[in-house]
Amino acid sequence: MTRRWRAFAFALAALALILLTALAFAVGRFPIAPGELAALAANKFLGAGIAVAPNVETVVLQVRAPRILAALLVGAALAAAGTAYQGMFRNPLVSPDILGVSAGAALGAVLGIFFSQNVWVIQLGAFAGGLAAVGIVYAVGAHVRRQDPVLSLILAGIVIGTLLGAFIALLKYLADPYNQLPAITYWLLGSLAEVAPRDLALAAPFALAGLVPLYLLRWRMNLLSLTDDEARALGVAVGRLRLAVVCAATLMTAAAVAISGIIGWVGLLIPHAARMLVGPEFSRLLPLAMLLGAAFLLAVDTIARTIAPIEVPPGVLTALIGTPFFLWLFASARRAWQ
Amino acid sequence: MAVKLEACALGYGYPGRPVGRGLDLSLGAGDVVCVLGPNGGGKTTLFRTLLGLLAPQAGEVLLEGQALAHLPREDVARRIGYVPQGHAVHFAFTVREAVLMGRTAHVGLFAAPGAADRAAAEQAIATLGIENLAGRVVTELSGGERQLAMIARALAQGARTLVLDEPTASLDFGNQVRVLREIRRLAADGYAVVFSTHDPGQAFLAASRVLLLAHGGALRQGAPQEVITPQNLHEVYGVEVRVAAVDGARVCLPAL
Repeated sequence: MTRRWRAFAFALAALALILLTALAFAVGRFPIAPGELAALAANKFLGAGIAVAPNVETVVLQVRAPRILAALLVGAALAAAGTAYQGMFRNPLVSPDILGVSAGAALGAVLGIFFSQNVWVIQLGAFAGGLAAVGIVYAVGAHVRRQDPVLSLILAGIVIGTLLGAFIALLKYLADPYNQLPAITYWLLGSLAEVAPRDLALAAPFALAGLVPLYLLRWRMNLLSLTDDEARALGVAVGRLRLAVVCAATLMTAAAVAISGIIGWVGLLIPHAARMLVGPEFSRLLPLAMLLGAAFLLAVDTIARTIAPIEVPPGVLTALIGTPFFLWLFASARRAWQ
Repeated sequence: MAVKLEACALGYGYPGRPVGRGLDLSLGAGDVVCVLGPNGGGKTTLFRTLLGLLAPQAGEVLLEGQALAHLPREDVARRIGYVPQGHAVHFAFTVREAVLMGRTAHVGLFAAPGAADRAAAEQAIATLGIENLAGRVVTELSGGERQLAMIARALAQGARTLVLDEPTASLDFGNQVRVLREIRRLAADGYAVVFSTHDPGQAFLAASRVLLLAHGGALRQGAPQEVITPQNLHEVYGVEVRVAAVDGARVCLPAL
């Protein structure tokens, strides 16, 4: 993969993201002409003072902008976390919820819904639940000695995730089937329909706090794809590095899940796609995966709200797109993840 | 001749499961020590202890005169390089990227390798004569090519002591010879080398000294012609072996 090809891949991803963003602002139940969008952008960013219908301004700024920003944030965060986890676990089949962050977040949110708390508490519950689940998994994995540390983490993640799943199932069984159960199901499927600016303000700092260490450690992350002995012999404090990456990726995932609910596949698929384009070198992989993740989730969410008279859960769409992509990877492009 | 790596009354193994004890070893610049022993005889455990990846059960390891246990991990990495056994690769890094990883101990925690690191990596690649592989992807290399790339990575560390764990395992005959030739060349350049193998004949070809391990620790240490004898090999491997001379070079012939 030459330097020129990599630059081309980046430029293409960035261009796709910009075009998709413009498109997402324009389409919907209330279509907005490109001219009106351009005028509004000129007003906002250049202070141009062009007259724009107030309902257009409301739709663009109050309704679509938060949702589009949320899609970009959640997509980029899930893709970054997935890239980090796949590198760290030396396994391209890993997704950001491998250590139980989704299960923990789901339990936190479902508890909030079950006890009829407000949206704020539900989101906080999701965030805290995700962090707590990963904390427990990490503690369990670290105490299982005489085992490959990576393997113990994954096994602990599976076991704890299953346990949390049982609690969620119990709460669903006990929930009021007329107003709580639909809310729980809706949340578990993931959605960006009800994102408010306040949600973004809550989640963005945590996502950023997770991104900073990943960016700073971007070159050293490559060393985690070696065996522990090799990495240590090369001078890496593997245990500390792994802990830092787990914390960073978990923060990003929990922040994403707290605003959107559980949207699968993004963190699994996008790092693959990015690796196929620019190779496994983490400092190139991370920014491209974030661009692609943001573009992908924005595209999916735009389809989700325009394809049918009712909203289609984006998690369903990502699965519909993700499954054939993954099967194709299995069948044809084995090399892409080696 | 400066002593690079030294083990004093070393006991190695895992807590509650000692593997060997009382090992004294001294390795200077230009020395090549060949470690022989049966499967499960503790060769890898010994190497992990020499590299400081496993704490000694007794005694200590000195690296260039300093106690290994007190050296920061990065200092160790700048002095001793490791070529692991049967390198498993999970992602398609190029040879150049993989060799550059050898520079980790010279690169700041949050930094990426700079021009000097790139130059050192290219130098290591040139030393092994694998410039033609530099742009290739590690997962697509043959076993022998990959082994050379891993040796280049160890050289890029800037270490003058190299530990190679079964560097010729699962290589074809030609690649085995190439790796042994590199070991001899590196020793001639002043590197101190320890390597393990299952072929006692390789000790005659490449080593200045042999360490013969059996279950329970060091059995014999000395020059290849002193240590590799039919009796010693029988003790360690439990099979009959003849040691013969062909045009002045010694070879091991198993009796079937």
